[in-house]
Amino acid sequence: MLRFVLSRLLTFVPTFFGVTLVSFAFIRLLPGDPITLLAGERGISQERYDELAAQLGFDQPLWMQYFDYLAGIFQGDLGVSFVTKRPVLDEFMALFPATLELSICAITLAVLIGIPAGVIAAVNRGKFFDQALMTTALIGYSMPIFWWALLLIIVFSSGLGWTPVSGRMSLMFFIEGPTGFMTIDALLSGQEGAFKSAVSHLILPTIVLATIPLAIIARQTRSAMLEVLGEDYVRTARAKGLAPLRVNGFHALRNALIPVVTVIGLSVGTLLAGAILTETIFSWPGIGKWMVDSIFRRDYQAVQGGLLIIAVIVMIVNLTVDILYGAINPKIRNR
Amino acid sequence: MPLLEIRNLSVEFATTSGAFRAVDGVDINVEPGDLMAIVGESGSGKSVSMLAVMGLLPWTATITADRMAFNGHDLRGMSPKQRRRIIGRDMSMIFQEPMSSLNPCFTVGFQIKESLKKHTDLDRKGRQDRAIELMNLVGIPAPEKRLNAFPHQLSGGMSQRAMIAMALACEPKLLIADEPTTALDVTIQAQILELLTGLQEETGMALILITHDMGVVAETVKRVQVQYAGQKVEEQEVGALFDDPHHPYTAALLAALPERATERRLPTIPGVVPGQFDRPEGCLFSPRCRFANAHCKAVEPVQAAPEMGLALCHYPLSHGEPTNREKAS
Repeated sequence: MLRFVLSRLLTFVPTFFGVTLVSFAFIRLLPGDPITLLAGERGISQERYDELAAQLGFDQPLWMQYFDYLAGIFQGDLGVSFVTKRPVLDEFMALFPATLELSICAITLAVLIGIPAGVIAAVNRGKFFDQALMTTALIGYSMPIFWWALLLIIVFSSGLGWTPVSGRMSLMFFIEGPTGFMTIDALLSGQEGAFKSAVSHLILPTIVLATIPLAIIARQTRSAMLEVLGEDYVRTARAKGLAPLRVNGFHALRNALIPVVTVIGLSVGTLLAGAILTETIFSWPGIGKWMVDSIFRRDYQAVQGGLLIIAVIVMIVNLTVDILYGAINPKIRNR
Repeated sequence: MPLLEIRNLSVEFATTSGAFRAVDGVDINVEPGDLMAIVGESGSGKSVSMLAVMGLLPWTATITADRMAFNGHDLRGMSPKQRRRIIGRDMSMIFQEPMSSLNPCFTVGFQIKESLKKHTDLDRKGRQDRAIELMNLVGIPAPEKRLNAFPHQLSGGMSQRAMIAMALACEPKLLIADEPTTALDVTIQAQILELLTGLQEETGMALILITHDMGVVAETVKRVQVQYAGQKVEEQEVGALFDDPHHPYTAALLAALPERATERRLPTIPGVVPGQFDRPEGCLFSPRCRFANAHCKAVEPVQAAPEMGLALCHYPLSHGEPTNREKAS
């Protein structure tokens, strides 16, 4: 097991360098640069431009800039945002808990509903529940997210007034907590109603963000279960006189989980990279929105730093998924 | 009182192209401590009829029977919950493919102890002790260690032994072995059969062996029931069956045994078991029967007398010659 993890960690090294190079090159391939964008419509004189470029290090050859960037990474320094003048790492870390909180809620919802729904659909294959669920999943999967979000806001926020329209917390509260998770900080702050407010702000974005992963997980669980339900060991489990819940939800599901875990891992990866649409619609101060803003501002340091951290997070998620495979199926563990 | 009594069992599968009758009016009688075999080629409904008894058929199957009783309990009116209290405890089953019949995600020990947990009130320690006892019983060396093994770490023979241990966990009154040796090496086959008959003798349970191998039948069981195309065509004690088969199908099966071959070329039975769409009129075996005449191909046969092995034939054989011919013509 340890050897497996170490060998997987080794494959991180080339991926890591690849990501630094790609993120560095990608943002510089876009037309425009931060200085012209900062100057705006009035334009900027050539002397002032050169002065600023020298200040920001743009007068150096590209490979020098790249090695400066790499050297910084190994000292734990991802550079300073041109726009906010704050370290990229600090900016990221300030926004990441919001994204993480939303992602955890969304993936939890998707897993808690998606897996049982898929199992029930597979067990009742071809019957009404199965067809209804698969149709719903298809709709959920193909629906435009911004439209779905707006629909929910219209119905539940403006129409019924059950949930707030946007943001993470009601303006009546000021929460600045140790964890960055609004729900936990609200609880810790001890302010009455703060936790409830945090939760109510989470509901709609969670539903919107969970929709696509939920649809994918339900469909994947169903198809994996259908394959497993025909296996001999499922018949053995039934021949023992075990109840259907135990046979389907334990003996069969455990074997069907491998492809499902893969899908969950991929979803977690994309969710943690920031859900741009959802965060924008709900004014959720997460990294998805921050990344897009940074790209528009040609904030080189922020974009390349942000991309790198996200890539590392996705790699860690993938490694976790690989380790989980072994935990689920011993045959993989011993290979 | 018979342990298992089945009268006129039929199983139909709903398929997209209409109903398919896999088992057609089969009777089975098993006394406590009985040792019998159900023989027939693929598609003769041997496994399906036993899966129907166990209640393991998919929902597409419709089961009808005039009587289906186990140990005095009517299985037909039973709720699934009541049925689950019997199967795995008083009546258990092992299957053809031991390697794929064990769940790859759980240790052998876990899977054996799961049965014990479901059907007995043994505590954790008691279940562990019983599992070790069972592993010893089925001849698995180093049981403490093997209990922690995963199925992929066991050979085919070991897996089947583990399956047997699991089936015997709650001391069943009836063990159904569905072609338990088909997937195994020949040398292992003999060991497993010996183990099964040994355990049958030791525990006094009844054993139904489903097989297509007449050689296995000869060496193992006391009584034989032959099935063809979902119907029971003959039933006899094993010795009598081999000496004097009454149904032409049984006779043809026996003639195809290499040990009994008299000529250079092994005799075969031409054709295949009829399927959903090519069921013949009259006797189902008539298209492949070398004694069949026009009467056989038009009229369904009825069961012959017990001394003629209850053969489902117009002209049951006696010492290789058809009887009753004169009467019909």
